[in-house]
Amino acid sequence: MSIAITTQIICFSVLSLVILIGALGVVLLESIVYSAFLLGGVFMSVAGLYLLLNASFVAAAQVLVYVGAVNVLIIFAIMLVNKKEDLKPISDIKSRRIISTSICLTLLSLLIRVDLTNVWSLSNPQNSIGEESTIRIGEHLFSDYLLPFEVASVLLLMAMIGAIVLARRDVMSKDISTGLPVDQELIEKSSEPLLTNKN
Amino acid sequence: MEYGLDLEYSFNEFLKGFGLSSEIAHIIWLPLPMLLVLVAAVVGVLVTVWLERKISAAAQQRIGPEYAGALGVLQPIADGLKLLVKEDIIPAKADGILFTAGPILVLVPVILSWLIVPFGQNLLISNVGIGIFLWIALSSIQPIGLLMSGYASNNKYSLLGGLRAAAQSISYEIPLALSVLAVVLMTNSLSTIDIVNQQSGAGILSWNIWRQPVGFIVFWICALAECERLPFDLPEAEEELVAGYQTEYAGMKFALFYLGSYINLILSALLVSILYLGGWGFPIPVEIIAKFLNLPINAPFIQVFTASIGIVMTVLKAYLLVFIAILLRWTTPRVRIDQLLDLGWKFLLPISLANLLITAGLKLAFPQFFGG
Repeated sequence: MSIAITTQIICFSVLSLVILIGALGVVLLESIVYSAFLLGGVFMSVAGLYLLLNASFVAAAQVLVYVGAVNVLIIFAIMLVNKKEDLKPISDIKSRRIISTSICLTLLSLLIRVDLTNVWSLSNPQNSIGEESTIRIGEHLFSDYLLPFEVASVLLLMAMIGAIVLARRDVMSKDISTGLPVDQELIEKSSEPLLTNKN
Repeated sequence: MEYGLDLEYSFNEFLKGFGLSSEIAHIIWLPLPMLLVLVAAVVGVLVTVWLERKISAAAQQRIGPEYAGALGVLQPIADGLKLLVKEDIIPAKADGILFTAGPILVLVPVILSWLIVPFGQNLLISNVGIGIFLWIALSSIQPIGLLMSGYASNNKYSLLGGLRAAAQSISYEIPLALSVLAVVLMTNSLSTIDIVNQQSGAGILSWNIWRQPVGFIVFWICALAECERLPFDLPEAEEELVAGYQTEYAGMKFALFYLGSYINLILSALLVSILYLGGWGFPIPVEIIAKFLNLPINAPFIQVFTASIGIVMTVLKAYLLVFIAILLRWTTPRVRIDQLLDLGWKFLLPISLANLLITAGLKLAFPQFFGG
């Protein structure tokens, strides 16, 4: 066994271990902050797996999008609303758990089926593109995958508009969830400086 | 353009002369450039800290460090040693694991980014195909470390500093990446080597700064904001937040932040010089000088000469930019957080988008000037 292959196997096993343990930690840990940071670690290790597969562009994109944007925003949101309060007990917890477990098991069986039916071995391993993958991804994004790519951006736009609507309720006269007129006094800042009425 | 020293090849051939296999020679070779770059980064930090002290003293009509070595050149080493022997304190109510991991997460991506900094045709650790994109991806990890240390310190100033750092870093990453994209569009490649080679045609006249003046300014402003230098040092604004996310740190953990911010500054300066100022290129192309002196370009003497000129030019350009950054720090006031976000989202982002579009248009219209 050559040194390159040994290094590859060691890297692969370390990365897979980190992914498995990290993912379990994300789900099982009590502290939501630890879960969020562990999620970042899992994303990084997945990027490492891409790197092992010679897909360096995909790995860098994974780090940029998932670690640099998604995970930072998750942590940001957690820290802005991190109140130390006990969660209210949910009444029908049992049925909810059953539903979520069954959905997860269905997804798992689907993944296992894909894993078993797909032919993973390349017909011609010498044909791998390696560093040229950046160009090929670009070509695909602007030709046969153009429509899905653009539709994904519309989805992001919708999410963004939704977030703006939720965050800026003061621009609307009615509360969107209750239908009651919004009390705008608390939201709008007073136009005169606070210190003027003190003396 | 495939000339220049290939130290790796010569080193491997040299070791094979002792009867070692090429794989073992490769393994012996691997740590050498990494160590060299690490040492270069740390020495660069020492020089920058000294420059910062001296230039700030000059800006405030003081003398600055004077007694530690000639002109105080040993002062940064004294600072470093002091931090090394200081007690390592973790506050009682802080989160020990995250408190320790935070500074590491801040420093490691910065050092990893030195992978793609070229000092010459073959003088870099790895000419990876994704090149400059790797730096953009790695620099996006840093805010996680800052948020982590801000949260783990269990101090409201730390948390505010960490949140500010993350917000700032996310907002300025986008115009930064867009201005890099305009350069990449002209080069047809993400590799830093190709970016420099594309600018090496006619010496100083072919540098990207003449073709990308807007991109250069946007990139420099964003780089300063990513390094948290004044006028953008809101995450550690002394008058408002004590020291931001560093408030609770002492000893070596604080030194990691300190090292990280200065290495990041040097790295940003190096990348500006690579992207816009012709990298290792001499203002007059070395080929012309060699032709003028009637010397063959592949002669060993000329090769060593061009390699040293390349290193000197890269470092010189980078330190010129570091000088400008230090001067900016000691002469400009700090912006407010709303001004900072307004500048990023409402000014730099549209401008860099327009710059990218105009570059694409010019590339189609004048392919010989803007890379076909």
